[in-house]
Amino acid sequence: MTATMGTPQDTGAVVRGTVPAAGGGRPARSRRSRPLITYGRWWWALPAVLAVLLIHYVATAGGAFYAFTDWTGIGDFDFVGLDNFRRIVEDPALIGSLENTLFLAFGFLIATNVVGLLLALALNRTLRTRYLLRVLFFMPVVLSPLAVSYIWKFIFDFKGPLNGVLGWFGMAPKTWLADPTLALWAVLVVMAWQTTGMVMVIYLAGLATVPAEIEEAAALDGASTWRRFQHITLPSIRPSVAIASTLMLIQGLRVFDQVMALTGGGPAGATETLATQVYKETFALSNFGFGAALALLLTLIMLVFSVLQQAATKDRS
Amino acid sequence: MFRYTKATALREVLVWAVALLTLLPFYFLVINALKPDEELLTTGSSTPPSRPTIENFTEVLTAGGDSNILLGLFHSVVITVGSIVGLVAFGSLAAYVLARTTARWGSVAFYLFLVAIVLPTQLGLIPLYIGARQIGLVGSVWGMVVLYVGTLMPLAVFLYAGFFRNLPRDYEEAAALDGASPARVFFRVVLPLMAPATGTVAILTGLIVWNDFFSALIFLGGSDSQTLTVSMYYYVGSLVSAWNKIFAIVIISMVPILAFYLFAQKRFIQGFAGGIK
Repeated sequence: MTATMGTPQDTGAVVRGTVPAAGGGRPARSRRSRPLITYGRWWWALPAVLAVLLIHYVATAGGAFYAFTDWTGIGDFDFVGLDNFRRIVEDPALIGSLENTLFLAFGFLIATNVVGLLLALALNRTLRTRYLLRVLFFMPVVLSPLAVSYIWKFIFDFKGPLNGVLGWFGMAPKTWLADPTLALWAVLVVMAWQTTGMVMVIYLAGLATVPAEIEEAAALDGASTWRRFQHITLPSIRPSVAIASTLMLIQGLRVFDQVMALTGGGPAGATETLATQVYKETFALSNFGFGAALALLLTLIMLVFSVLQQAATKDRS
Repeated sequence: MFRYTKATALREVLVWAVALLTLLPFYFLVINALKPDEELLTTGSSTPPSRPTIENFTEVLTAGGDSNILLGLFHSVVITVGSIVGLVAFGSLAAYVLARTTARWGSVAFYLFLVAIVLPTQLGLIPLYIGARQIGLVGSVWGMVVLYVGTLMPLAVFLYAGFFRNLPRDYEEAAALDGASPARVFFRVVLPLMAPATGTVAILTGLIVWNDFFSALIFLGGSDSQTLTVSMYYYVGSLVSAWNKIFAIVIISMVPILAFYLFAQKRFIQGFAGGIK
């Protein structure tokens, strides 16, 4: 969503007494210093501004402050400098959860964008049932990640359908969610399954802006499907790529629900992520200072990646 | 060139195969929710029940305490509706002023909202939790409404501001020149025109609130005001592998949002495709 943030600039005519009305058709206004028309009152924005100041800025600053303390939620606390961060770096379990978070976020980014784009390309234009298919593919997006994860927990169950399918092919059943490597992939599959429809919809909106005539002309000139995609489609949907990849990266970095529902972080911490650790340290173990340090780390990673992503996928027009 | 050829038909069949495979989890969900206890162990996980029953649903719906699903549903509805009302009311007013003002502070305030969209909430939740605990808002439905209105306000303001910028000022000008006060212009002229933007704001923010688990678990977990997701989490945790019961809860939790989605699917999809950018 950050991609187009700056773009909708104020283009309407500014109706002020001092400024002659722009935009051709309007009659010239009399020149007075006071605005002829005021739109709304400044204090109408006050509740929203206060809410965002308090709940986003003051709270985040407060969280950053606690990250350098040893507060336990009650009573006094001391400043401990960078001790919390030193503890994070020295704890292999926490480094593991950082690695898991990055693996899930990038796996999620790649899987949803590749499959979402393929689906969008397949559904674009000609298919007769494309609207129905779009509704079906998008359906999982609206569901609660927690509820979706429970369905998949069953699918991955030792006696579940997935092992049933393996059985048909004479393969041995696997303990999907109890195996440290497989469990992380299982979380990724659930995340991607639920969100691919959203990426597809973003790409479909982008594809709708690709002019059909140019594609047709290129096809008549003998350009292959791949070359048409590379030189006509892809440049036109660059804004969609930026939006979809930024959204997925940020959503992937804060993965929490799926892990809590599928594995609870297990087996032996193999699927812990930064968000689950923030929850456990802060709200289950009451290590508010340490949990805040973890949350600060997560926040910084998210901010750095979204800035990098913006720079990398910036619309070059 | 884009005519319906044999290759297109083949593609259509192929996409349908992918779609059915993608939706297969819903098949497992439904057949297992309808299984009586004894069939859960005797029949295969992908075989439909020979004697379907709705017992699981009645049992799950009548459970009490932490696992009261109906109460959770009620709290979810109140919190979601309350948050949407707050976001629409304050978000539209703020965005309108910010989109129309030419004052310097307007763009400063707008950037305040823009940056907050990217700012993750995890860090801020810790002091908010402590603050809410001090003033007794932890475990409170209204505390949650305030929290969601605050956290989602940047998104609401951003969506409304984009809409107002593209909305011609002619009607407002005409009404103002005819002597209508700013409040009258907003409520009589702007408010009726902003219905599409309100739809997008309500759907996007409402969905986030309805499905939220992280902050709902932190602020409401173990309280009397648990939302549906939190109740579901605790209930499922207590059920171990009684999948027929678990799936009954999952279905109950999905029905309201799915019904709403199928009813307004175009708005949902447009909201995500266009509204989010």
